[in-house]
Amino acid sequence: MAEPPAHADLADGTETPLLRVRGLARYFDASPPLLNRLLAGGGRRTLKAVDGVSFDIPRGRTLGLVGESGSGKSTVARLVVGLYPPTAGTIAFAGRDLASVRSAAEIAALRRRLQIIFQDPYASLNPRWRVRDIIAEPLRVHALLSGRAAIRARVAELLLQVGLAAADGDKFPHEFSGGQRQRISIARALASAPDFLVCDEPTSALDVSVQAQILNLMKALQRRLGLTYLFISHNLAVIRHMADSVGVMYLGRLAEFAEARVLFERPCHPYTRMLLATIPDLTLSGRPRAPVTGEVPSPIDPPAGCSFHPRCPHADSRCRRERPEPLAVAGGGLVACHAVAEGRLSP
Amino acid sequence: MAEAGARPREAGRLAAALARLWDSDLAWSFRRSRVAMAAAAVMLAIVAGAVFAPWLAPHDPFDLASVSLLDARNPPAWIVGGSWDYPLGSDNLGRDVFSTILYGSRISLWVGFASIVLAMVLGVGLGLVSGYVGGATDAVIMRIAEIQLSFPAILIALLVDGVMRGIVPRGLQDSLAEDVLILSIGLSFWVQYARTVRGSTMVERGKEYVQAARVIGRHPLAIMLRHVLPNVMGPVLVIATINLALAIITEATLSFLGVGVPPTQPSLGTLIRIGNDFLFSGEWWITIFPGLALVLLVLSVNLLGDWLRDALNPRLR
Amino acid sequence: MGAGALLRVEHLRVEFPTRRARLVAVDDVSFEIGEGEVLGVVGESGAGKSVTGAAIIGLIDPPGRIAAGRIVFAGERIDDLPAERLRRIRGKRIGTIFQDPLTSLNPLYSIGRQLVETIATHGAMSPRQARARAIELLAEVGIPAPAERFDHYPHQFSGGMRQRVVIALALCGNPQLIIADEPTTALDVSIQAQIIAVLKKLCRDHGTAVMLITHDIGVIAETADRVAVMYAGRIAEIGPLRDVVKQPRHPYTVGLMGSIPSLSGATERLAQIDGTMPRLNEIPQGCAFHPRCARAFARCRAERPELIADGPSQAACWLYAPAAAGRHG
Repeated sequence: MAEPPAHADLADGTETPLLRVRGLARYFDASPPLLNRLLAGGGRRTLKAVDGVSFDIPRGRTLGLVGESGSGKSTVARLVVGLYPPTAGTIAFAGRDLASVRSAAEIAALRRRLQIIFQDPYASLNPRWRVRDIIAEPLRVHALLSGRAAIRARVAELLLQVGLAAADGDKFPHEFSGGQRQRISIARALASAPDFLVCDEPTSALDVSVQAQILNLMKALQRRLGLTYLFISHNLAVIRHMADSVGVMYLGRLAEFAEARVLFERPCHPYTRMLLATIPDLTLSGRPRAPVTGEVPSPIDPPAGCSFHPRCPHADSRCRRERPEPLAVAGGGLVACHAVAEGRLSP
Repeated sequence: MAEAGARPREAGRLAAALARLWDSDLAWSFRRSRVAMAAAAVMLAIVAGAVFAPWLAPHDPFDLASVSLLDARNPPAWIVGGSWDYPLGSDNLGRDVFSTILYGSRISLWVGFASIVLAMVLGVGLGLVSGYVGGATDAVIMRIAEIQLSFPAILIALLVDGVMRGIVPRGLQDSLAEDVLILSIGLSFWVQYARTVRGSTMVERGKEYVQAARVIGRHPLAIMLRHVLPNVMGPVLVIATINLALAIITEATLSFLGVGVPPTQPSLGTLIRIGNDFLFSGEWWITIFPGLALVLLVLSVNLLGDWLRDALNPRLR
Repeated sequence: MGAGALLRVEHLRVEFPTRRARLVAVDDVSFEIGEGEVLGVVGESGAGKSVTGAAIIGLIDPPGRIAAGRIVFAGERIDDLPAERLRRIRGKRIGTIFQDPLTSLNPLYSIGRQLVETIATHGAMSPRQARARAIELLAEVGIPAPAERFDHYPHQFSGGMRQRVVIALALCGNPQLIIADEPTTALDVSIQAQIIAVLKKLCRDHGTAVMLITHDIGVIAETADRVAVMYAGRIAEIGPLRDVVKQPRHPYTVGLMGSIPSLSGATERLAQIDGTMPRLNEIPQGCAFHPRCARAFARCRAERPELIADGPSQAACWLYAPAAAGRHG
């Protein structure tokens, strides 16, 4: 996997990016059970959820990862926070390669700085725990504060920071609405004063007006606390609002990577163009929508060569054979497309 | 912090908690179900009878000195030949049936309850580990469980009982009989808990709050006990209530078969066996009254278990 | 629109009695759908839009019930019909599409068989004719190689294809009205656009009216002729699509439209409506939205507003009351 050129940083380039991912891959074994394989004669099957993804996130910025189901974006989120070990590739946080971290103390220190917010507000809080215990858990696990009074004070501070009341700590999760639960999740993630938050579709399960509240809150927190976000969503408009740079994923690979403004104004990759064309036009300008073809294939059996070629109006024989590597384009982005590389595609 | 101030505050919180419990959906469902209330009342009566047996029973049937063969096989009080000294009659050794029922219920309830607790601890523990850790551990535990399931529980209990009798020295066998029983019955019932808990654990393990705990850096054991366990206990309580009845019957069966408690300290099952011999010679009370007591106990426990299962159901998922 | 309306809902009220209180999920809701028209019913969770749809087709589970109001379909009152008659209308003249195609289709039968069964229930046809009609419908909804896929089972289709089959099923009896409850929510973004296109085209071709219930305003913007915005069991605003989306009257609609992020540029902050939709047991007096409304005044707290016309739309808001009643600008 070739190292992408330096200007994929999309930052000043002087400081080491807070998160650097190279050639990240995660394969799952999706084979039928041993007995079935023996009887039916099928072979082993591998689900390549993430298949070679590289990007950098500078401190204080937001990278948006966008894609449909099967794109692998949620798997990337879980790989970055260490819920799965990668099958291949490296993840470097603040310059330190995560795979080489061995000591328990160092792992704990990393866990303090790297936290995650999940999509489902109903499953991400333990229904049997009170809110104050949920938020205080990182404080207790990492022994960041001692004494009930100190912990209570910090929990109250966090609750206020996310727009809830200090008294809400005594309640149980089921007493809150979806948006309020996400606020509690955010408070829990912030308890250990992390640098980096992975946000896995944090607003996808919320109503649109609640989503606005949560997105505003997240932006305000980023400014105030100097947070860096890896923000994952299938909603392009949300990504446009939140992200500084955007990665478009398709079947485990990065199709395109560019600064947000550039990506939305001048998308290069055919898949990006197709995605942008599916966004409904709320200005009702009568813009004709380009026809969208085909469906996302199953990640267990992706097409050979460029995984997008069955749906691509510009596919040729090279696309069916050879997998495109991400290449730099004018404007500072990366695109993995033969048509773009060969200049067949008009910008 | 002010200790004096803390006490009334604690009492206030307790009162508030009790008030919440009374007002809760579960309590409301209980108050609405006549069957549940009746069953609870019967069960409470039997348990009270057992607990307060030394004060309620007119005689102490375990005190061999006070038992007199001259009073053997008296009919119940309302039949000619009986007396209110032995309200429900006396058995072949002269023990008062009523007193023996009260004392015998103690054994039945204690053995039933303790064996269920043992089964629960064992089953929930293994189920948690099996469901959370998965892999080979899960496979091994589940195969053991499946093998055990292919035998009837009674057989397992008999097997364990037999093995223990071989191990325990003769002199201690009587005094340890109850404990051996508890062990046997407990070991024969753990599988159901394990399988249920395993399934629920596998569901909870995939939920984001467990993943969040992992990202925070909690030890897997802490996650199992503090996060997963409270969320999988619901069905366990229902199974335990229903199994309580089964455990009591199993103890009675084992005692009936002669491999349970020693005949000097009869449980309900022993009484039924003893009385069985006299059933057709006309002294029906020796077996019928203990039998009725057993039926009432088991029935009320079963009905309570049914009610609990239905009351908890909409909230389970 | 009066007598010509295909579906007329008048003062519908749906209640769910619980042991603590009687929850009102739909509170005095009235609207009409004309022949061949697409009405989008938009609202956030808890607004009562799905319950409204369920009430129309008679799928409210007890103890929930229609407590008041009338539902008139093609001139015939349907809310008080016996279950059997309602069932017949439900399949043949009112079609339904639900959110989750996995549960709408029976996994044990091939889709062809399910289609044929539905067709046969609603029209006297020979099995061969029914099969031909089924294959025709599958082609219409865009299933490739319909004759071969006729015998396939639901699990052999992808999500988008399954939803197309569900649409075909809904259209089997040539219904006059389709009630679609979140038909695209479970699908990928690119598939959503396809499904909406299929639905639109078919309804236009067959002249079927659609009641499209969704929380996704983007979907509404693609398909609807008119839009009704629901809040806390009531209709906040109802009017032609252009008016409601581009010139919303009701402060809630204004807030809703403003909170949708746009593709044009990263605004620093999205317009946000503070607070949350009230729970069913906590609906405030007067206008249900007043606690969150920046423009609320005394009358809003006291009296619940009815739908007041302002141009082609109607909004349930005292801001649009005629000047004589004391409007605050």
